[in-house]
Amino acid sequence: MKALKIIGIVLLVGLVIIQFFPTNRNQSDMVPTTDFMLVNNVPTEVEEMVKTSCYDCHSNNTDYPWYNKVQPIAWFLQGHIEDGKSELNFNEWGDYSERRKKSKLRSIVSQVEEGEMPLFSYTLIHGDAKLSDAEKKTLIGFITKLKDSL
Amino acid sequence: MRKANVKTGILAMVIIALTATSCKDKKKEQESEEGHHTEQMEKGGQMDGTMEDHSQMDHDNMSHGEMTMMSSDIVTDYLTLKNALVSDDQDGAAKAGEKLEGSLKSFDSSKFADDQQGELNDIIEDATEHAQHIAKSDIGHQREHFDVLSKDIIDLLAITGSDRTLYQAYCPMYNKNKGAQWLSASKEIKNPYYGSKMMTCGEVQKEIN
Repeated sequence: MKALKIIGIVLLVGLVIIQFFPTNRNQSDMVPTTDFMLVNNVPTEVEEMVKTSCYDCHSNNTDYPWYNKVQPIAWFLQGHIEDGKSELNFNEWGDYSERRKKSKLRSIVSQVEEGEMPLFSYTLIHGDAKLSDAEKKTLIGFITKLKDSL
Repeated sequence: MRKANVKTGILAMVIIALTATSCKDKKKEQESEEGHHTEQMEKGGQMDGTMEDHSQMDHDNMSHGEMTMMSSDIVTDYLTLKNALVSDDQDGAAKAGEKLEGSLKSFDSSKFADDQQGELNDIIEDATEHAQHIAKSDIGHQREHFDVLSKDIIDLLAITGSDRTLYQAYCPMYNKNKGAQWLSASKEIKNPYYGSKMMTCGEVQKEIN
C-alpha cells in the first residue's frame, strides 16, 4: 500500500516535471514558392483534402490541437511531425528531384489506397481528416495523373 | 538519422573549407588581398595541390573498370536483397536493405564527370530512401520499394557500368499490371515481386555488362 502511494507520488511529480520541457513547435506563416500547391495545378477539392488530411505532419505548419502543450503528448506529436516531414514535406515539393517526386507520388497512392495514411491515431481526433472512399478515389486519380505527367 | 547526416555534412564542409583555406594561406602568405581569394585557390590547386590534382585525374581518366568498382558493393547488396525477396524472406530483405543503405551512402559521385554528378546524386538519394524503408517494412511494402529501387539501380548502372554480367528482367503483372523490372545475376527467372506465389513470372529484357 505504502509502496503504491510512493509510486503514485513519483509518477505525479514526474508528470509535473516533464511539463517544463518544451518542444519545438512546427509553425510558419510563410508558404514557400516550392509548396506543392504552388508548383502544381491542383484542383480546389484536392487542395483542401490534402491540406486538411496531410499538412499537419507533412508541411512546416501544424494546426495544433488544444492539448498540444501537455507532455508527454507534445513529444508524441513532435515525433510524428518530424517523421512525417522527413518522409515528405509538401512545402519543399519544388526542391525534390523529378525522381524523388515520382517516388513520393507513388508512395502517396499506395499509403492512401491501403488506408495507412492519414494515420489512424490522427483521424481518431481529427474527424475531418478522414478520407471517404470517394475522396480517396479523387485524390488517387489526381496524384496518378500528376505522376504520369512527370 | 537525417539530422546526423546534415551535421556530418556540415562538419565535412567546414573541414574541407578550413583545409583549403589553410593550404592557401601557407602558399600565399605575403599576398593578403581578399579580392584574389578564389583565383588564388584555383591556381594553387592546379600548380601543386595534391588533393586537387588527384581528383582532377579521376575526373578525366577514371577507367570503365574503376567506375564499375564504385557501384560494386551496391550491386552485391541489391542482389542479396533481391534473393531474399525471391525466397519470401522479410527479415533477410530488411537486413539487406540496411546493408544496401550503407553502400549507397558511401558511394562517391565526386569522382564522376560534372554533368553526371547531379543525376547520380538524385539516384543515390532516392535509392537510399527506398533502402531505408525496406529495412523497416513488411514484405508487401518491401516489394513496392524494391520496384522503384530497381529502376534507380538500373539508371545508376547505365552511368557507372556493372562489374559483373547482370540480366534485366521484367514482370508484366506487378503493380496492377503496370509491370516492374529487376536485376539478376542469372538468366533464370526467379520473381522477387511474387516469390513462391509466381516464381517464374517474367522474362529477361536485356543483358547488362
